[in-house]
Amino acid sequence: MKILVCISNVPDTTTKIRFNAEKTEFDKTGVQWIINPWDELALTRALELKEGSGGAVECVDVASVNLIDAEPTIRKALAIGADKAFRVNAMPKDAYFVAGQLAEVVKSGGYDLVLCGIESSDYNGSAVGGMLAEFMDYNSVSAVSGINLDGGKITINREIDGGKEVLNISAPLVAVVQKGIAIDPRIPNMRGIMMARQKPLTVSEPTGIDALTSFETYELPAPKAACKMIDPENVKQLIDLLHNEAKAI
Amino acid sequence: MNFEFSEEQLMIQQAARDYAQRELIKDVLERDASGEFPTHHIKNLADLGFLGMLVDTKYDGGGMDTVSYVLAMEEISKVDSSCAVVMSVNNSLVCYGIEKYGSEEQKEKFLKPLARGEKIGAFLLSEPEAGSDATSQRTTAIDKGDHYLVNGTKNWITNANSGSTYLVIAQTDAAKGHKGINCLIVDKNSPGITLGPHEDKMGMRSSDTHSVMFNDVKVPKENRIGEDGFGFKFAMKTLEGGRIGIASQALGIASGAFERSVQYAKERKAFGKEIGYHQAVAFKLADMAVKIENARNLCLKAAWLKDQGKPYGTASAMAKQYAADIAMEVTTEAVQIHGGYGYVKEYHVERLMREAKLTQIYEGTSEIQKIVISRDVLS
Repeated sequence: MKILVCISNVPDTTTKIRFNAEKTEFDKTGVQWIINPWDELALTRALELKEGSGGAVECVDVASVNLIDAEPTIRKALAIGADKAFRVNAMPKDAYFVAGQLAEVVKSGGYDLVLCGIESSDYNGSAVGGMLAEFMDYNSVSAVSGINLDGGKITINREIDGGKEVLNISAPLVAVVQKGIAIDPRIPNMRGIMMARQKPLTVSEPTGIDALTSFETYELPAPKAACKMIDPENVKQLIDLLHNEAKAI
Repeated sequence: MNFEFSEEQLMIQQAARDYAQRELIKDVLERDASGEFPTHHIKNLADLGFLGMLVDTKYDGGGMDTVSYVLAMEEISKVDSSCAVVMSVNNSLVCYGIEKYGSEEQKEKFLKPLARGEKIGAFLLSEPEAGSDATSQRTTAIDKGDHYLVNGTKNWITNANSGSTYLVIAQTDAAKGHKGINCLIVDKNSPGITLGPHEDKMGMRSSDTHSVMFNDVKVPKENRIGEDGFGFKFAMKTLEGGRIGIASQALGIASGAFERSVQYAKERKAFGKEIGYHQAVAFKLADMAVKIENARNLCLKAAWLKDQGKPYGTASAMAKQYAADIAMEVTTEAVQIHGGYGYVKEYHVERLMREAKLTQIYEGTSEIQKIVISRDVLS
């Protein structure tokens, strides 16, 4: 079995988000980039599957649609333990575009199992995994919180409303994974960090598929309202504010 | 001049940060109270390659440079100096000493398991009456033909119990003074070695510190590092590199306390605004930031010199003296900024303050560093 993990390059989760003056573009100045946390968990689980497969999992590779400045993030995935990396040299314009580009990597590599994080922590679109399955005509399961391999059989755990379900499904498969798929993302060791530059990172140009959407403007959420302290004796003022200002009652 | 770190250096820094902030933080307060050695963390740090990160890959080390080591030590020390000191002693004293001055056989036999973190090393120099004055060694290693017979007591030995590969500095020929001193690689389980009780220290309480007694301990001749009489020079040269480790540890203690202070100053309100916006606190934070930046630059300069193969003895002494002294100042101010909360254990800064004190004392006191620096200035 060959596993591909799709990797997004996202701003560190503590980044202070800013846009340009026209609010049409994200300001990347001083931003530290990381592997999308869900993708990092997916990679960790993929490596666990390979290590526990007794050789049945031939490789765990990673793919990303991004420009060259995403390569440190991709190399971190190699340091963590991925065997090979693929980068489609294009800005990730929208989910359709990204899924279309990733489909070319999946086709050319003949991957049986593709893992995608449920969403990227920047745009939160939650669309690439499903679209990729459609492009490939692969089976697809979303909100996967557990995945195990037993010979040719793939067992999936999913969180559903009010409980969990267990599914058996066959490859080829796109599994869209969420929290729970692995306990913690794996930390790269020294040897992995040293080896990362020696592992193959193949760069390809995008295919003809183009984006279906484009960004018009961005807007930051409204700042949090200040907290008002009310004397516990002053119930009248509390009711007045809840009614007239917060309009909660 | 280039202040940019390489991709690999940043990855190592992040790996150390992730492990410290995710794992070490979980039980650091409990271990500070109990004094329990962090066995499972040391195993994990070994698996990640931190215990032998400076050793060449051909001896199973990480093959990383000293700049990476400074970055990693700072991140680990921000959270847990007890783990950091195990890492420092193993890397920059024991592994470095054997790799730089040991024979090929010694590297195969002793260095490889140390670099893999399967064994931990200890550096036995201090004695009850020979601390800063390292030439006054009373531990003897008498030449008995095919072996040395070691007798004496060593004090304040980090990793004395958890470690199993000792580098022991001892006097073979007192008449020759410091030129009669040797360094021997000694297996802790050799007959005749006993440990004193676990020292109940003020800080770094979960690193194990003991005195070690030698009573007619036989050490094979082939375990001597270098030529006969090389031991004192070996100790001094090895400590030059060790100082970078402890300087980085002090830097980490300071920056850990600083980060907690900044966060607290942004959250805690007094007189209608966050305390960080009161000038009394803001200026403290500014002073702390400048001191930490200076200490970081000194540590990195010393590391860079070492990596370039240039002399770094004075630079490492400057880094160690300055970083240790500012760690004490910064952590004391961190407790002050936290007020009453700073004086209780839950907020970590009082622990960091206790840990900072040791960095001014061990692997050469701040005063000894000033001797090293001033001798160079006056030479």
